Amino acid sequence: MDLHVVGPAATPDERAAVDAVLDPEIGVASGWTGGERSPGDGHVAYGGHGARSRRDLLLPALEALQGSAGWVSRGGLNHVSRRLSVPPAEVYGVASFYALLPTTPRPPTVIHACDDLACRLAGAEALCAGLEAALGPAGDADDGADTTWLRSPCLGQCERAPAALVTIAGSAPRARAVAPATHTTLLDAAATPGDSPDPDPERVATLVPQTGDPGLRLLARCGSVDPTSLDAYRASGGYEALARARAMGPGAVIDEVTASGLVGRGGAAFPTGRKWAAVAAQPATPHCLVCNADESEPGTFKDRALLEEDPFAIIEAMTIAGFATGAELGYCYLRGEYPLARARLENAIAQARAAGLLGGDAGFDIELRIGAGAYIAGEETALFESIEGGRPEPRNKPPFPVEFGLFGKPTTVNNVETLANVPLLLRLGADAYRAIGTGGASTGPKLFCVSGDVARPGVYETPFGATLGDVLALAGGVRDDRPLQAVLLGGAAGVFVGPDAVGLPLTFEATRAAGATVGSGVVLVYDDTADLPDALHRIAAFFRDESCGQCVPCRVGTVRQEELLARLAAGRPLGSLDQELALFADLAQGMRDASICGLGQTASSAIESALRAGLVRFAEPAEPAGATA
Amino acid sequence: MTAQQDLDRIFREPPARPSRVPEAPPPPAREVVELTIDGTPVTVPAGSTILEAARGLGIDTPTLCYGETLTPVNVCRVCVVEVAGARVLAPACSRKVEPGMDVRTDSERVRLARRMVLELLGSSVEVDLAGPALPDGSIAGYLERYDADPTRFGPPAAAAAAGDRDARQPGHHHAPAGDAPAAATVDQPVKVDNDLYVRDYSRCILCYKCVEACGTDAQNTFAIAVAGRGFDARISTEFAVPLPESACVYCGNCIQVCPTGALMFRSEHELREAGAWDEPSQTVTDTICPYCGVGCTLSLHVQDERIVKVMSPLDSGVTHGNLCVKGRFGTEFVQLLPKGTRLPGDPPAA
Ligand SMILES: Cc1cc2nc3c(=O)[nH]c(=O)nc-3n(C[C@H](O)[C@H](O)[C@H](O)COP(=O)(O)O)c2cc1C
Ligand code: SF4
Ligand code: SF4
Ligand code: SF4
Ligand code: FES
Ligand code: FES
Repeated sequence: MDLHVVGPAATPDERAAVDAVLDPEIGVASGWTGGERSPGDGHVAYGGHGARSRRDLLLPALEALQGSAGWVSRGGLNHVSRRLSVPPAEVYGVASFYALLPTTPRPPTVIHACDDLACRLAGAEALCAGLEAALGPAGDADDGADTTWLRSPCLGQCERAPAALVTIAGSAPRARAVAPATHTTLLDAAATPGDSPDPDPERVATLVPQTGDPGLRLLARCGSVDPTSLDAYRASGGYEALARARAMGPGAVIDEVTASGLVGRGGAAFPTGRKWAAVAAQPATPHCLVCNADESEPGTFKDRALLEEDPFAIIEAMTIAGFATGAELGYCYLRGEYPLARARLENAIAQARAAGLLGGDAGFDIELRIGAGAYIAGEETALFESIEGGRPEPRNKPPFPVEFGLFGKPTTVNNVETLANVPLLLRLGADAYRAIGTGGASTGPKLFCVSGDVARPGVYETPFGATLGDVLALAGGVRDDRPLQAVLLGGAAGVFVGPDAVGLPLTFEATRAAGATVGSGVVLVYDDTADLPDALHRIAAFFRDESCGQCVPCRVGTVRQEELLARLAAGRPLGSLDQELALFADLAQGMRDASICGLGQTASSAIESALRAGLVRFAEPAEPAGATA
Repeated sequence: MTAQQDLDRIFREPPARPSRVPEAPPPPAREVVELTIDGTPVTVPAGSTILEAARGLGIDTPTLCYGETLTPVNVCRVCVVEVAGARVLAPACSRKVEPGMDVRTDSERVRLARRMVLELLGSSVEVDLAGPALPDGSIAGYLERYDADPTRFGPPAAAAAAGDRDARQPGHHHAPAGDAPAAATVDQPVKVDNDLYVRDYSRCILCYKCVEACGTDAQNTFAIAVAGRGFDARISTEFAVPLPESACVYCGNCIQVCPTGALMFRSEHELREAGAWDEPSQTVTDTICPYCGVGCTLSLHVQDERIVKVMSPLDSGVTHGNLCVKGRFGTEFVQLLPKGTRLPGDPPAA
């Protein structure tokens, strides 16, 4: 392949930002980029080969470019292309996938205002209207303006809705969460961002309302132990589990995890011990480990609580997982919209390295990778593609990750909350751990992300077995004691249930039997005043925006579904309501059966459930509008 | 001893030949897999796909993104089949057979899924040229077979202006409430930016074939890639620059594999625009490229004594359908000779 790079060059700032990321990894500039050439005729340029095998640096390099200039310019992209020996068309294909990597000029300061499910219930539209009045239409970038605003899908701050994220590009790029936000606090934050990624003094108390409750296991340290101090972590029992694991040996650790009955908390509910054993048994090496911290399911923010308030526990858990499955390097893939979690993880990794618990003789190290605004990158195989520097398009399975995962190697991928259970179960022992919860597939404690119309939204921990009513009671019940209209379980890819479901135990078995799901632990509450048709339309819009576009059923199906919901919400169905519902049923089945990945397969499930349970009834139009063309 | 000395020695003292030709080792026993397709038991070599097994039984399975010469990307999903016990349908073009598999290629679920794929494509893309002359069969025929009605999603939305789809940014887009949107399409003006071929992306079904042909499956030029995401995903050069500013070397291997007519010789495009494209009157003549010693097979499509496009047979052992710019586009000189010119070796004039 000849690299054919034409057009403008990077600005000195763009170059410096990219080189600061690449130089430590692939050495200083190669002959390609003005570095050393062969003595004599200068014909040979050294350095290209090392770079070519490091395509996985593509996303970090593009992020550096965006952080410096506010967008991915053609000159900057050309520089990345040359340095990593990746054709510019492919680099463009990657950059143009991510919402946080614009390929057209954008002002340095961007307010990302969430208008997703929980925030809509808390006045997101009014917030957006205020921003529009102050800054013009979303995405408007008048020449010379230094601030613009955009609508965003769920930012994982639903307990403090309406939420926003301010990002500021420049020589020291910054990001800051603002929640709850008003358009004036947002404009202030954009003008004087300060240094803290999340300066809200009430943050922990709002995020984890059970703080200090002696019954907590997963959330025990949240709000009680300093999340920035390794010493504090150790003083609270940290790293005891790793010591125990080392004493037991890898096989015994896997047996213990299997015996505990732990299943994945990322949505698919796969037995963790079985996954680990499958990877450990693979002859191909090296084995890889990935912690999935891309948490982007609307309504989900439990992983954020763990990452912000107990980051060392995730690091210890990854170290144990690496030890058990034979992986020497673990990647933690964190969504790009979590600036505080990022700072806490960076700090924790640095402290653990300094203490010899990571890197060097520890036999295990962690690399933090930051997402750039793509829900689909949380799907495990899309996540691998993202780390490898490709477009995060899910792979067809089989082969499964345990056999062919990251870089084509046997790979363990686990959700943050799943991993957080590992040190706990090793300290308690499998039997004691199993005794928490209801047995069967639902052992141990579970986190729920309660948001919407409740008195005290937040992340709540209960042993498996608590009913929906129990979880609602923990959060103080429906706000202002209004009647309950519906609850969305499991997020946009989940299921709506009605008030008759308050007795439903939120276990894997019971929800499955009831046609519902635990999913990512979302419990999004709608009181009797909520506009459910609007929520359904927003869910449809979410999948339309977040489909990777690879396969036809999802790429076009999510668009047709969104158009259909828009017609119904506007009371202007095509033909009769029955005709629309029949069309929806066909779309739903086509997407579920023929899509490549879980996104397309579940894109209709929440909407379908609301219709099936009669929670939403769309009105027949007074006079049927235009029939099919 | 240096390599050169080694060679010299072997040349001077050739190793003794064995007294008789050694016997060829027995061919390795080919592993086979037994499965059932639509109730018929079938035995195929291990490693076959369901598509290959079904074709062996004479079952016509529609495909769009599958190409014999390309790595399967399994994205169009028109080939899906039902495998007993699986939660979702499987793409026949890439799923490998497994012992005991029980496959249905015409169940209700399969028919609905294929119909939806065809309706979704037909409602968003101009598919009228995706015809039997192109490698993978006819969308029109499939639409009929599966009773697909692409109009049932409502009237189509207006076409995008030139460059509009190329500039779309990923992320959350907000449509004001109260509007009843028309059915979105990929309709947009044709890109005509060079003399050799045009790109009409309102015909593009995003099958990835051109990207594969331009990349590691054939050309290794990487001039084009998929950009954007979701419904805004598109085939693009970097920043959608015109082809002459890109890495494109005009090998035309992308045109060769494109199943929809989205990529088209400029000559064909102009004749079609003028309403003068007349396929039934055309002849196709296979010949050898005159330029270099590789000897690629060219299939010259000739209309009215004019070469209107040059393809190469996918099953040619030399080209697998791939050419370089000279063979693909360098035949114009033939037309430059005055009509009736006789070349050496031509039969004498009557
Ligand atoms: C569209 C989509 C998005 C996903 N996003 C996430 C995510 O953000 N975090 C996560 O842990 N798992 C996510 N998953 C699930 C992962 O693919 C995978 O099953 C999970 O990380 C495995 O971890 P576990 O076994 O510990 O649950 C997603 C799946 C799909 C289909
Ligand atoms: S189902 Fe959707 S998100 Fe998943 S691969 Fe297909 S297009 Fe991409
Ligand atoms: S003509 Fe050849 S080089 Fe140009 S885009 Fe097509 S395949 Fe790539
Ligand atoms: S241009 Fe043709 S080959 Fe390329 S993706 Fe579109 S339809 Fe497929
Ligand atoms: S942060 Fe707005 S819905 Fe989650
Ligand atoms: S032909 Fe099988 S998915 Fe396209």
